[in-house]
Amino acid sequence: MITFLELLVNGISIGAVYALIALGFVVIFKATEVVNFAHASLLLAGGYLVARLQPLTGFWAALVIGVAAAAVVGAAIEFLIIRRANVASHSVLAIVTIGVDIVLTTELTRQIGTEILALGDPWGDSVVHLGEVTVAETRIVALFTAAALITLFLLAFKYTGWGIAMRATAEDSETAALMGIRLGRVSLSAWAVAGALAAVAAVFLCVFPTPGLDRGTSLAAIKAFPAAILGGLDSTTGALVGGLIVGVTEALMTGYQNQLAFLGRGIGDVAPFLVMVVILLLRPAGLFGIRETARV
Amino acid sequence: MAATAPPPGDAGLEVSDLAVSYGPVRALRGVSLRVTPGSIVAVLGANGAGKTTLLRAISGTLRFHRGAVGGGVVTWAGTRLTGLPAPSVVARGVTQVPEGRRVFARMTVEENLRAGALGARGGSKGAAQAREQVLELFPVLGERAHQRAGLLSGGEQQMLAIGRALMARPSMLLLDEPTLGLAPLMAARIAETVKEINARGTSVLLIEQNVALAMSLASHAYVLEVGEVVLDGPSADLAAGDEVRRLYLGIAEAAGPAAAGERAAGRRTLSRWSA
Ligand SMILES: Nc1ncnc2c1ncn2[C@@H]1O[C@H](COP(=O)(O)OP(=O)(O)OP(=O)(O)O)[C@@H](O)[C@H]1O
Ligand SMILES: [Mg+2]
Repeated sequence: MITFLELLVNGISIGAVYALIALGFVVIFKATEVVNFAHASLLLAGGYLVARLQPLTGFWAALVIGVAAAAVVGAAIEFLIIRRANVASHSVLAIVTIGVDIVLTTELTRQIGTEILALGDPWGDSVVHLGEVTVAETRIVALFTAAALITLFLLAFKYTGWGIAMRATAEDSETAALMGIRLGRVSLSAWAVAGALAAVAAVFLCVFPTPGLDRGTSLAAIKAFPAAILGGLDSTTGALVGGLIVGVTEALMTGYQNQLAFLGRGIGDVAPFLVMVVILLLRPAGLFGIRETARV
Repeated sequence: MAATAPPPGDAGLEVSDLAVSYGPVRALRGVSLRVTPGSIVAVLGANGAGKTTLLRAISGTLRFHRGAVGGGVVTWAGTRLTGLPAPSVVARGVTQVPEGRRVFARMTVEENLRAGALGARGGSKGAAQAREQVLELFPVLGERAHQRAGLLSGGEQQMLAIGRALMARPSMLLLDEPTLGLAPLMAARIAETVKEINARGTSVLLIEQNVALAMSLASHAYVLEVGEVVLDGPSADLAAGDEVRRLYLGIAEAAGPAAAGERAAGRRTLSRWSA
């Protein structure tokens, strides 16, 4: 029981981090109908900057600069590549993002080499005891930070002019333009927000119990794809629920892998994708989506 | 009767010699028309005549349909609109209520109105004023403020679409078939509102299939046929003559000239372009 609770708390925490990544992914899709396969590299870029800057500036300043820089990188991808790619179809743009991903990831892994970069976060490896349940402090911080950012995002999405412009564009971009909404700005801001969220997620993917940022970090980020897809690519609620489902499934499958040995080792890593396939078979548009992902 | 060339001037909306094509499809040719400030002008024409294309060219949304202006110019209050992106046209005071209402169905009525104000001049104070006027014009939008727009009736959606456009505080309102698919009573309501909006100082370019209604509102009307203006004049004159009926309604009277009858028969078979 205690193991189960510990796994559950860890799963929810890592799920909240996946939700941050998935949220950015969904925001880009909603605003531009582009499936952003460069998301994992965006995340890696954010994490890399924080890791490289923190010895010079300390963790907090590095975090702020890293998040801002990831937002700028996201915006730059939109402004320099997506906007200028003179293609008619969104599927082609999705392939363009694969190209961006390959270039960015290759360059970053070359920079990282075989190093494992520490993030220098203040939480270190301390743990919190909640009754008999023991959880890493980083997991608690991740959970609260993700929850706070998600709440902030959803409030902005619901109530601000930016959120209304975003949703109007997602629903009918031509009519949004007729309302005076500048689609270029909507798209730019979506990429920037997605970049910033990914950078925050990167930090929590690399802190304890993970040893640090290495060339494999972007693989961890790829688990947020099934989170976004199973929730429904065009649904913010879906991103949150999808993130939690993936996080909890992964944590439980990994935790009980000895009992699940008949499924093969490393089941925790494939679990998110299995869950995604099962859900898509039952609901092709994802749990909360209204557009079929098959359209992509 | 050939289309009379509009006199030169720099006030109001002026379309001169406009040509538009969608790839190989030429949708408008040499279209000229003029809306003097403060007036209501109607554009009539059968399905596929190019009425919606005309509004897209004015509003700068042709690019959404892979259409392009091939010649001619649209000016508003002396400044050139041709080539501007849609939000810049809105910012200059020209707002469109698109065909088929196109409300944001997943957003609430209130949010739709807020969306309409996003491109407006005049800041939040202006938006509050506009909102007050819109709710006065359409009290039902206030009652339904928190309902999803997709759940409104067709008539209510049309009111929302007009209200949303008014949130931008336009000096020129472009309306694309605002009474399409509405019951006669609701159509009359919308017509009343258009009159009221105009009385408050907004010029109107009205596209309508309902000829009687259009003629009762507009001071001047143009008839488009296969992308060209084939007739225009003061509505009273057009209503009195039977040319509008011959050209546009396609009612060939037995006594009418054979040529006109043939042309009219051709019009009737034109089918509506659908996406
Ligand atoms: N996106 C498009 N691509 C290609 N051709 C188009 C497109 N939109 C319109 N057309 C063509 O342009 C012409 C004018 O169409 P338009 O929609 O402007 O007519 P309309 O007068 O508004 O008709 P309706 O009364 O049915 O709304 C038609 O021949 C139509 O087939
Ligand atoms: Mg039309």
